Amino acid sequence: MPRRDLKVAALASAIAMLSAATQAEERYAIGRAATPAEIAGWNIDIGRDGSNLPPGSGSVERGRTVFSEQCAVCHGDNGQGGVGDRLVGGQGTLANPKPIRTVGSYWPYAPTLFDYIRRAMPQNAPQSLSNEDVYAVSAYILSLNGIVPANAVLDAKSLAAVKMPNRDGFVSDPRPDVHNR
Amino acid sequence: MSEHTTDKRVREASRRRFLQAGAALAGSSAISGVAGSPALAEPGNNLPPNVPEWMKTPGDPMGSQPYGTPSIHEKGVVKNISKTLPQYISASGRTPLQELDGIITPNGLFYERHHGGVPTIDPAEHRLMLHGMVDRPLVFTMEDIRRFPSQSRIHFLECSGNPVYTKPYGKTASDLVGLLSCAEWTGVPLKTVLDEAGVQAGAKWIVAEGADAAALTRSIPIEKCLDDAMLVYSQNGERLRPQQGYPLRLLLPGFEGNMNVKWLRRLKVVAEPAYSREETSKYTDPMPDGTSREFTFYMEAKSIITRPSGGQKLTTQGFHEITGIAWSGHGKIKSVEVSLDEGKSWQQAELQEPVLTRALTRFRLPWHWDGSPAVIQSRAIDETGYVQPTLAELVAVRGLNSFYHNNAIWPWRIDANGEVTNAQA
Repeated sequence: MPRRDLKVAALASAIAMLSAATQAEERYAIGRAATPAEIAGWNIDIGRDGSNLPPGSGSVERGRTVFSEQCAVCHGDNGQGGVGDRLVGGQGTLANPKPIRTVGSYWPYAPTLFDYIRRAMPQNAPQSLSNEDVYAVSAYILSLNGIVPANAVLDAKSLAAVKMPNRDGFVSDPRPDVHNR
Repeated sequence: MSEHTTDKRVREASRRRFLQAGAALAGSSAISGVAGSPALAEPGNNLPPNVPEWMKTPGDPMGSQPYGTPSIHEKGVVKNISKTLPQYISASGRTPLQELDGIITPNGLFYERHHGGVPTIDPAEHRLMLHGMVDRPLVFTMEDIRRFPSQSRIHFLECSGNPVYTKPYGKTASDLVGLLSCAEWTGVPLKTVLDEAGVQAGAKWIVAEGADAAALTRSIPIEKCLDDAMLVYSQNGERLRPQQGYPLRLLLPGFEGNMNVKWLRRLKVVAEPAYSREETSKYTDPMPDGTSREFTFYMEAKSIITRPSGGQKLTTQGFHEITGIAWSGHGKIKSVEVSLDEGKSWQQAELQEPVLTRALTRFRLPWHWDGSPAVIQSRAIDETGYVQPTLAELVAVRGLNSFYHNNAIWPWRIDANGEVTNAQA
């Protein structure tokens, strides 16, 4: 093949590759760009390291009030459980015949508490608490479990710094685990 | 006679027949069930050689049921919902497996589990947001989603807590494993939609979030998202029911039900899991040593005999077909074995075609019941060679504090009267 033809062929194949790449990227051109404001409004996930925790803070003291108004009816005055899960106690029982799994004994990451309360609690009015009150209720539940002191005020940094007793209690899936043949 | 008068006459005839039909029932099955069997009537005038009542007058006119419902004689076949749950906002309802044939669960009987009630979503204002580690964060309308090339596939869905490990055990097949259903799903492969946004290098997980009052969140490994995961908008030919995630849900064939996020509004592509409440505090598997397994996604091979099964009664000796369902989150069912002698010996059941991957498979075994007590049970073997274990084998490894992923064999005891009960109870 003459040199010139080779060049043309190479160019053609480069164009073909380029258009294939473009097609792979813009395959159907369906949907529209999500704006930063839209994403910010919906992106409520909090990482286990506390990433994406909002500004603000809340005290155990304030949390006691919010808890009694918003949470106690289902979770009990002291987080002992009722219609809702038990939230307090059980540390050291996970290897017992009757383990007690609560926020204090079982949950591996404290920021998850903020994430879950904000997105799903109280059950009758989720996403209604201010960020400050979510911090406060998180602080109160952690204090009931003896994980933060009664005078604690939690914010993004201090909540992320809380080490939960069962942080290292989880293992990966070993299944199939039953060897019956 | 005016059309109006004719309509009125037909309506009244229908109403008369409706009232009579409540009393006149055919109930000659050799197995009698608990649900769906209203009281037997006196032998009526509808038996041979008489001409049945329902042939002597026209039936209901066209349009009397714009959306068809089952016969009034099947009104007992409904979801199995406990009347003693502590609450009904975060709760589950079971498929009446022992009342169903084949492998497809009717939409009205598909099992339900929701964590913040069933939202009423206006599809015109529902959006799916796809963001995180993508080149182009995108927002889709439902119209957008339906413009993508579509697929239909048959897959089972099963709640991971189905059944519990400890007593009291359920009485019926539905009580035990009724958080299981199977449907034909239509939607778009998740991979197609992800390609539209351009997943970036380093992405390992996708966090899926529902638009319900629980804003339920689970993390899905990227491999599954790029494999057989689907964004589903239709189930058994019609749009999803609200209880199943209308207008849009995630489907992850073979993965525990909770991960198949309903009312899907957001997918965030990330490098590590969210460690949400639903994948740490719940849906983890406590072991006897105090550790817990996390990210236990697959539902392992399982089967159950649905007929004869707990709560039913063999009303006659002689021929009975044993039938049930088998399924595996790891692929196709290779075989199902049935034991008629308390697990001492096993024989191959016949599998009904089609045998589909990660779908229910119907099995059958002809049987002559001689009237003596028996314990019958089935075990599934999937294409990986995995054999469904006994409850004792599972408990030996996992203890009794595990709540999820119990795929044990479940035997039924048949006594000399033909009564069928849970042999583990």
